[in-house]
Amino acid sequence: MGISLDDLNSLQIDVMREIGNIGAGNAATALSKMISKRIDMDVPKVNILEFRNVAELVGGPEVEVIGIYFKVNGDITGSIMFLLDKKSAKLLTNLLMSRIDEGDSLDEMDFSALQEVGNILSGSYLSSLATLTGLNLAVSVPSLAMDMAGAILSVPVILFGQVGDKVMLIETDFSEGTNHVKGNFFLIPDEDSFEILLRSLGVI
Amino acid sequence: MADLIKVGMADMNTAYSPGVLTTLGLGSCVGICLYDTSTKISGMVHVMLPNSTQIKNNSNVAKFADTGIAKLMDDMIRMGAKRSKVVSKIAGGSQMFNFSDASDIMRIGARNVTASKETLKLLNIPLVAEDTGGNYGRTIELYSETGILLIKTIGYGMKQL
Repeated sequence: MGISLDDLNSLQIDVMREIGNIGAGNAATALSKMISKRIDMDVPKVNILEFRNVAELVGGPEVEVIGIYFKVNGDITGSIMFLLDKKSAKLLTNLLMSRIDEGDSLDEMDFSALQEVGNILSGSYLSSLATLTGLNLAVSVPSLAMDMAGAILSVPVILFGQVGDKVMLIETDFSEGTNHVKGNFFLIPDEDSFEILLRSLGVI
Repeated sequence: MADLIKVGMADMNTAYSPGVLTTLGLGSCVGICLYDTSTKISGMVHVMLPNSTQIKNNSNVAKFADTGIAKLMDDMIRMGAKRSKVVSKIAGGSQMFNFSDASDIMRIGARNVTASKETLKLLNIPLVAEDTGGNYGRTIELYSETGILLIKTIGYGMKQL
């Protein structure tokens, strides 16, 4: 029997928030090492939203965004999606390549850099989750897409939609100096994996 | 300018002429448009999953191709549409992310399209046009005055069905 987000109690939500916090902290550290600059991070927000409100987070379903998608395998299975608006994506690639580029267009080089960032972020995210839970977890290579927010978001929404009518996402703000990068992590355990995850965290 | 009536994810709506039904940023979901050529009553449903019988939590009928299309047809008939005059157009069902080992869930777009077509066939609703598949998002607008379905994309142009 799968557990849906609608069934989570406040303790379980707190635990998910803490996972987000630790994961994002590790991700920020990894990112900081990569660009040899100090990265600050706000306390991540855990949002549990109805489907229809998800796209509003990034400014509406037609806004162009970047999604980086990974599959998770091991003791639990599921997916991770990292969602960035175009401005944040450009800031991130500028930081990585130590350049100042005012334009907002993204080329193959940017995409490849973003995939690498996604790799590092989701890897550090997942390794903190593995440490906390004692579960054995691995991520796939990333797949990246840039398109309308509604279309990109349809992927996590459908995955969550198999068990309920809500999605959970972890909103993370990174900053380097005056540059703010806003990203959203979707951690989506498959139907039976959610229970394993909560159990291994001792909240079930 | 006619009213633009929005249809969200796992949502449906209907309109009398000259109402315009729209759904923004369709990805792996499928937008099914029904149109009565005689009364110009139109309907749109934005389904996320192929089949309600495989899912336990299936209270929202608009979420599934099988139950969504049937309910939309019922609603339109209640508004005065004639079953024999209703035709359909569908759009969406993309695969947004590419993986070499395409698991069931990654092919959900294609499965949504197949299920939508099967349901239309079962209900004897002719499918007159479709714009499905690919790896990009679509915004669709159904004009009830003409029955034209307008499809907008980022980087893949605009299309009229």
